[in-house]
Amino acid sequence: MQNSLGREIPEFIEGYGKTEPFSGAWTKLKKGEMSEITIPPPNKAKLAHQTKLTPNLEEAIAKTNPHDGMTVSFHHHLRNGDGLLVKTLDILAKMGIKNITLASSSLADCHTPILKYIADGTICKVWTSGMRGEIGKAVSEGAMQLPVIFHSHGGRVRAIHTGEISIDLAIVATSAADEEGNGTGTFGKSAFGSMGYSIIDMRYAKQVIVVTDNLVEYPCYPLSVTQNFVDYVVVVDSIGDPTKIASGTTRITKSPIDLLIAKHAADVIEHSGYFVPGFSFQLGAGGASLAVAKFMRDKMKRQEIHGSFLLGGVTSYCIDMLNEGLFKSVFDVQSFDAMVSSSLYNNKNHIEISAALYANPYNCGCMTNKLDIVVLGALEVDVDFNVNVLTGSGGYIRGASGGHCDTASGAKLTVVVCPSIRGRISTINQRVQTVVTPGESVDVVVTERGICVNPAQPELEQNLLKAGLNVKKIEDLQQEVENIVGKSKPVEYTDKIVGVVEYRDGTIIDVVREIKH
Amino acid sequence: MEIVKKAQAGSFESSDVLVLIEPVEKGTGRKIEVDSAVQRQYGDQILTIIQESLDEYEVNDIHLVFNDKGAIDTVIKARLETAIKRASNAQKGTMY
Repeated sequence: MQNSLGREIPEFIEGYGKTEPFSGAWTKLKKGEMSEITIPPPNKAKLAHQTKLTPNLEEAIAKTNPHDGMTVSFHHHLRNGDGLLVKTLDILAKMGIKNITLASSSLADCHTPILKYIADGTICKVWTSGMRGEIGKAVSEGAMQLPVIFHSHGGRVRAIHTGEISIDLAIVATSAADEEGNGTGTFGKSAFGSMGYSIIDMRYAKQVIVVTDNLVEYPCYPLSVTQNFVDYVVVVDSIGDPTKIASGTTRITKSPIDLLIAKHAADVIEHSGYFVPGFSFQLGAGGASLAVAKFMRDKMKRQEIHGSFLLGGVTSYCIDMLNEGLFKSVFDVQSFDAMVSSSLYNNKNHIEISAALYANPYNCGCMTNKLDIVVLGALEVDVDFNVNVLTGSGGYIRGASGGHCDTASGAKLTVVVCPSIRGRISTINQRVQTVVTPGESVDVVVTERGICVNPAQPELEQNLLKAGLNVKKIEDLQQEVENIVGKSKPVEYTDKIVGVVEYRDGTIIDVVREIKH
Repeated sequence: MEIVKKAQAGSFESSDVLVLIEPVEKGTGRKIEVDSAVQRQYGDQILTIIQESLDEYEVNDIHLVFNDKGAIDTVIKARLETAIKRASNAQKGTMY
């Protein structure tokens, strides 16, 4: 069957189950009361002064009843510096555990060693926001028997609520923790900031192990992870390398094209009608979107327009703007460098939030619903404004859903920034390979070659034209770029589904098929 | 044109191509090695352009290494022309 975007979705997918096709960004949610039940978290009891400290990770895992078919969850705040996911799987594999469902909030290049566990049947199923490099390549070429399920950050919370992801064991990394498992990521040698994703895992997992490389005197605070959810505490030499957090997508660009795009995007925001005192703002972590902050900062200062809150993945640019008084507060689900962690520790206007409060569509309202402006990146956009942030050139999985569709649906103004060409591959196409965010959530696409406004926003288009910006029809831009790069040979796929892309509400917005190789 | 010495043109930057040429014995033919970041999408087209350029400059015996990071056709043609001219002493430039 086809979903409302014309994507072919099988009614049943092996390893996923019966599918519900995507039917619009708010179609399912506008019911208000959702039919799925919330899975109750486990009831536990501990005796007074009983110790949770366990000598090493092996012993702690052994105590949590590891079994075939179990689901193990991780959080990706340490991104490419994570030191626990592979280590945990090494231990589980050594114990001979098979058919594990890996539910990490995302995967990075440093997790490449898991490929051997996919090959030998230790891991049979994966839930993640995204994957890159060797893992993405292997999965795209059919390394897994069952498809990987890609969720948004908000969608992951929903899936945990409903039991779609039923976590048996959650491994929670903390840069400081006490003997009872109260922990935080805001200080210590491996400080990584907010623990937004793991806050959900600890509440719903049957077993929770807090791992730290910095055991502090009881009680440890600020309280990101709290002892009432923690079964065991393990001290290790290192939970990972926080200097590698920003090695994924979060570098700040020096590319002249990205900077030009960022400048155009800031001009779009300035003249959009939404650049008013008290506006709320979020920036994606990719090259051009991050650079938008730089130009916005200048405009806000010059025009003395101060915003209300910044949301989401937080970079040091955000902290600078907070400290300069340009925004009143920062709500942080994931921190991107050391400066952000110390701000989270020291500044009361910099607040750690869970992924549930951030973006979960299945609650009484998440903060993305209160966004005025969001700037997001894209690997690819099509003439219907659908955005692909998951599969790159050649059809390979090399990205992440992240908070893209969550924030795009919530914000009043969703700006997508991307270069029109990346190494001969056109970014503006007739049809994206994979839809992650539906075109109805995207208001404007900004490239170095022109600005395209969604026809559903005629007023916005008028505002930008009045300001003298280089507005083009997206069909024209698509043709212009194709004339430069030439028509490319389409990627050839087999029928095998290697990835299922869940929209935030749990409907299927697209599937990823195996590449012929 | 006759390829008389080694030469190169281009760079290994994104959207550019590095063309390396070296002479081979007369009668050997064209030995062409293509490595492209966009092989799947543009591989056939790239090979056609290389052959056309070599035809244009009447180069029959050559070892050509084509290391592409997604250059568009016009860039490919320009890099090939420069490399061929350098390798056949038809052009004096700063890079020998």
